[in-house]
Amino acid sequence: MKFAGTENYVATDDLKIAVNAAATLRRPLLIKGEPGTGKTVLANEVAKAFGTELIEWHIKSTTKAQQGLYEYDAVSRLRDSQLGDEKVKDIRNYIKKGKLWDAFTHDGTPILLIDEIDKADIEFPNDLLLELDRMEFHVYETGETIKAVNRPIVIITSNNEKELPDAFLRRCFFHFIKFPEEQTMKDIIAVHYPDISQKLVKDALNIFFEIREVPGLKKKPSTSELLDWLKLLMAEELPEEVLRSKDPSSLIPPLHGALLKNEQDVHLFERLAFMNRRKSV
Amino acid sequence: MFTKFFYTLKDNGIPVSIKEYLTLMEAMQAGCANFSVDDFYYLSRATFVKDEGNLDKFDRVFGKVFEGVEFIGDDVTEIPKEWLEKLAELYLSKEEMDEIKSLGSWDEIMETLKKRLDEQEKRHQGGNKMIGTAGRSPFGAYGYNPEGVRIGQEEGRHGRALKVWDKREFKNLDDSVELGTRNIKIALRKLRQFAREGEATELDLDGTIHATAHNGYLDIKMIPERHNSVKLLLFFDVGGSMDPHIKICEELFSAARTEFKHLEFFYFHNCLYDRVWKDNSRRHNDHMSTMDVLHTYPHDYKVIFVGDASMSPYEITYPGGSVEHWNEESGEVWMNRVRDIYSRAVWLNPIPDEHWQYSQSIQIMKTLVQDKMYPLTISGIDGAMRELRR
Repeated sequence: MKFAGTENYVATDDLKIAVNAAATLRRPLLIKGEPGTGKTVLANEVAKAFGTELIEWHIKSTTKAQQGLYEYDAVSRLRDSQLGDEKVKDIRNYIKKGKLWDAFTHDGTPILLIDEIDKADIEFPNDLLLELDRMEFHVYETGETIKAVNRPIVIITSNNEKELPDAFLRRCFFHFIKFPEEQTMKDIIAVHYPDISQKLVKDALNIFFEIREVPGLKKKPSTSELLDWLKLLMAEELPEEVLRSKDPSSLIPPLHGALLKNEQDVHLFERLAFMNRRKSV
Repeated sequence: MFTKFFYTLKDNGIPVSIKEYLTLMEAMQAGCANFSVDDFYYLSRATFVKDEGNLDKFDRVFGKVFEGVEFIGDDVTEIPKEWLEKLAELYLSKEEMDEIKSLGSWDEIMETLKKRLDEQEKRHQGGNKMIGTAGRSPFGAYGYNPEGVRIGQEEGRHGRALKVWDKREFKNLDDSVELGTRNIKIALRKLRQFAREGEATELDLDGTIHATAHNGYLDIKMIPERHNSVKLLLFFDVGGSMDPHIKICEELFSAARTEFKHLEFFYFHNCLYDRVWKDNSRRHNDHMSTMDVLHTYPHDYKVIFVGDASMSPYEITYPGGSVEHWNEESGEVWMNRVRDIYSRAVWLNPIPDEHWQYSQSIQIMKTLVQDKMYPLTISGIDGAMRELRR
């Protein structure tokens, strides 16, 4: 099994190596990078490329590690016991499988995506150490041990909101998706919008990279924002000159709402545009 | 060779462990690197580096350890003509160029240059390596010089592009924060007092079983979620001598912010006087009276001051000592007031504690907080939390 990108996803060489190493050794792959550089999409594409199923586990601030393994539904068992249901005799009926259980007992080699692991409690990764390392866990209620038939390929994404513990990191491969260079960006655009006009791409990219250069932006626009913006530009069918115009009075790009997601950033940009205009007068 | 690589990484402060080394060996055996240096670079990077802040360090170490590996077996004596032409202007002074020109034929010129290059090589790197790497390596004995001879950054003589690790794309991600947010959080965790408060949203299993057994019908009991009930009042010193410590304070603040539900913060300058403020950009017209703050928050709040306490002693002990406004009462009076209300108060000082004895104002402040001054390090925060919890 070799991952070499797909028709919808442009993978750089280093990303390919990291994915392939993780897939060969079946160690978790930790992906970090700016928001919007395609961390979550990667898992989707790897699953597509390998032709296997993707099991997604999205982490929230309230997610507990145990929920990934299984949950014991004591309340419905209690209720069933009140109603004299036959089900109540077997505790197995009240154990709900978690995503890790699903992944471990899957027939094929599924891809398990643990999305935004940094959202959870600070101890969350530590609680999963053994489970991800040995790919097995123990169910106390029934006394059975769930062991992975085929070790799944685990892809973990993080937005760097919390630092992850060393013991956890040591068990992973790591890849930092850096912001794409202009050429890679062109490839990415070509993959998403095959029939976009080259002129539009060129002008839009110029503006896009200019905005990213603006110092002090709270949230720099990233790949996904650029793709949204291009889609809007195409849908609006603006005359090409709009992007080209070097007229300082219209320095704020059209439909900037897709690129700048923060009113402070828009203000900052407007102020810069205003200063530029004064300079040119 | 790989063990040397491993230890060089360790020496350069990249946290690597045996586990990762074994993983790399395993991956190599499984054929992940495919016998290409670039692939090996990517593979070892994915194995050893777990933090984008270390990527640049890794690139530097990789360049140093594996420098010239690609060229093993190449013919050492062969130097392509176009290279020499390019080098001529770099290695030869104007006078030498003139001299060479007077030598006559192009071959002779090239011969001289070749010799010169060889010498250059010997002087710098011991003479056992390719000439081609001489200019390419950005790592001299005294570190990295981005504006060095730029031969390595153009297409090499075999059409190879510039080596990826030489690009050092991750330069600006490198940081050496010793006191990470995670560490601070762990230290702050010591200050946890769980209590159940607020809306009942969790099932109380024990209570339910008990009530059901008692009543004979299913009687579900709910209890509020457990959360940290510690209330915290933070006072931050801003401006002036605190500027170098802003980063560490920000980290402390962001860690505390997520850890405590009841957290109030205020800013002051140098010493606590009759006014504090919440928004630093409007500090001069939007401040509030310290008295109001002391009246608003009850005595069960715990107080943390963060500041370097480095100022003129008069700023603490005399009325009117403030550098910003006329204060009717001295900072000492205000500090005592805080201490009288809140029995748990500590001072965190970003200045290392071994320097404290040399500063009079730190000594005064330390006495004012009854010796409960701690350095802003992990162990310091640890100690402070233990003090607050008592």
